[in-house]
Amino acid sequence: MRDFVSERVRAIPPSGIRRFFDIAQTMEDVISLGVGEPDFVTPWCVCEASIYSIEQGSTAYTSNKGTPLLRGAISHYLDSRFGTPYDPDEEIIVTCGVSEAADIAIRAIVDPGDEILVAEPCYVSYTPCVSLAGGTPVTIPCRAEDEFRLTADALAESITPKTKALITNFPNNPTGGVMQEADWRAVADLLVDHDLLLISDEVYAELTYDGNHFSPASIPELHERTITLNGFSKAFAMTGWRIGYLCAPQEIAAAALKIHQYVALCAPVMGQVAAYEALRAGEAEKDAMVREYRLRRNLIVDGLNKLGLSCHLPRGAFYAFPSVESTGMTDTEFAEGLLHEQHVAVVPGSVLGPSGTGHLRCAYAVSRDDLKEALARMKVFLDSRT
Amino acid sequence: MIPLDEKDLTLLQVLEENCRTPVSDLAVMAELSEQDTRERIERLEAAGIIRRYTAVVDWGRAGSDAVTAVIELKVSPERDFGYDRIAERIARFPQVRSLRLMTGTYDLQLLVTASSMHEIARFVAEQIAPMDRIRETATLIIMKTYKENGTTFAVRGEVERLPYSF
Repeated sequence: MRDFVSERVRAIPPSGIRRFFDIAQTMEDVISLGVGEPDFVTPWCVCEASIYSIEQGSTAYTSNKGTPLLRGAISHYLDSRFGTPYDPDEEIIVTCGVSEAADIAIRAIVDPGDEILVAEPCYVSYTPCVSLAGGTPVTIPCRAEDEFRLTADALAESITPKTKALITNFPNNPTGGVMQEADWRAVADLLVDHDLLLISDEVYAELTYDGNHFSPASIPELHERTITLNGFSKAFAMTGWRIGYLCAPQEIAAAALKIHQYVALCAPVMGQVAAYEALRAGEAEKDAMVREYRLRRNLIVDGLNKLGLSCHLPRGAFYAFPSVESTGMTDTEFAEGLLHEQHVAVVPGSVLGPSGTGHLRCAYAVSRDDLKEALARMKVFLDSRT
Repeated sequence: MIPLDEKDLTLLQVLEENCRTPVSDLAVMAELSEQDTRERIERLEAAGIIRRYTAVVDWGRAGSDAVTAVIELKVSPERDFGYDRIAERIARFPQVRSLRLMTGTYDLQLLVTASSMHEIARFVAEQIAPMDRIRETATLIIMKTYKENGTTFAVRGEVERLPYSF
């Protein structure tokens, strides 16, 4: 029999954490700092609204773009919160999580041969999605010494005549790095000069701890050349509901909508009802969760630095990204040893991009007690090596 | 009243949730030195903002047969004192765990714990109802506590979470 799997798919490397996943599954008492999702349960008002809508029989398809109610609420939210105006009828598509939004954004703009820049380390889906769309992903390093921000210099070095777009993810998974207005302005000039598009995944926007999130599409010159991606998973602890959204100038949104309507038809209606309720009534609970993440961030960063795992202060998302250089181990050796010996799960940074090499992604979306226990176990692990 | 800043509020929130949080952790979380943290807590205690450090106890699980009741009272207020003097007298009974002045049909609302139904009945009949100015009482027995001071008592299974995700 022929090998039916396409060359494109075969060329995509397997997930870098599958092996760790399999080991962890066999253990009973794992403390996992390996998950990219909140430990909180979705605010109850959000669940209630969705349950009620199901009881009322609201179980059908919605408009491809998402319910007008939710799109209107998203439009208002983005404009009032981040200064990024989008027309709810023509420029916003509700998607099955931000993952789908990233995929359709990439497919809407990529032709074979196009080079798409990806600021790394980053969430793992961008490069495979570019490859699947026939484009060529080109990674740009964001370095520890720059607090993992994307610098104009690094961007300039990577631009070629084939470059079409840049994909960024700030606040960043896995580094917790954020881009301030000045950082974006420096990058904006290059994007305009080279006529490039920006795909900005801002799913961690609400999880910004020192100052406010800055959305690049709030810069007028960038608004017309930016696809803004966001969603409800992180801010409102709604990972399982699968609701994200894509915002783009009308022509690009229309192109993305073509793909969305054929591959997803629409996002699940119960999730859309929940998302609307999150925007309508979930702010106080969201703020309480963000406050709690900030306290945990302080605990874990302090704890890691005391262990000699030097760690910058992440200003967004819910990840600490310490260096393991002082231990003489590689990030994979450290993560594997820690899981085997102390049953603490962390993600080796190299899985999330070459610039993540030598670092660990430690999600602090776990209770303070678990954080303290994980740090104590890391200490035992490190003491056993010296 | 002493002025409070963001860091004081952080200390209060964390302590209200878990008063056994070590000072070293409080300091890190609130971005303060340990010395500064200790001084702030002492100040909050001295100002009567932190009243007491206590535990939320699920007495049902501890096998206690104690009975808790909400007792509502209609009270004729006193000239010059309103409800305050009678409230102070009622508050002195150790059985009275909380006491509030309410809007609505009744005036005072008590939470009373005693060793048995009989004790509750005796307390209301012999101590509270005969007091001057008490016009009417209503006793409501608590059958089951689901949530106390923000802590849910009901047993719920752990939610499954994957050990890894991107």
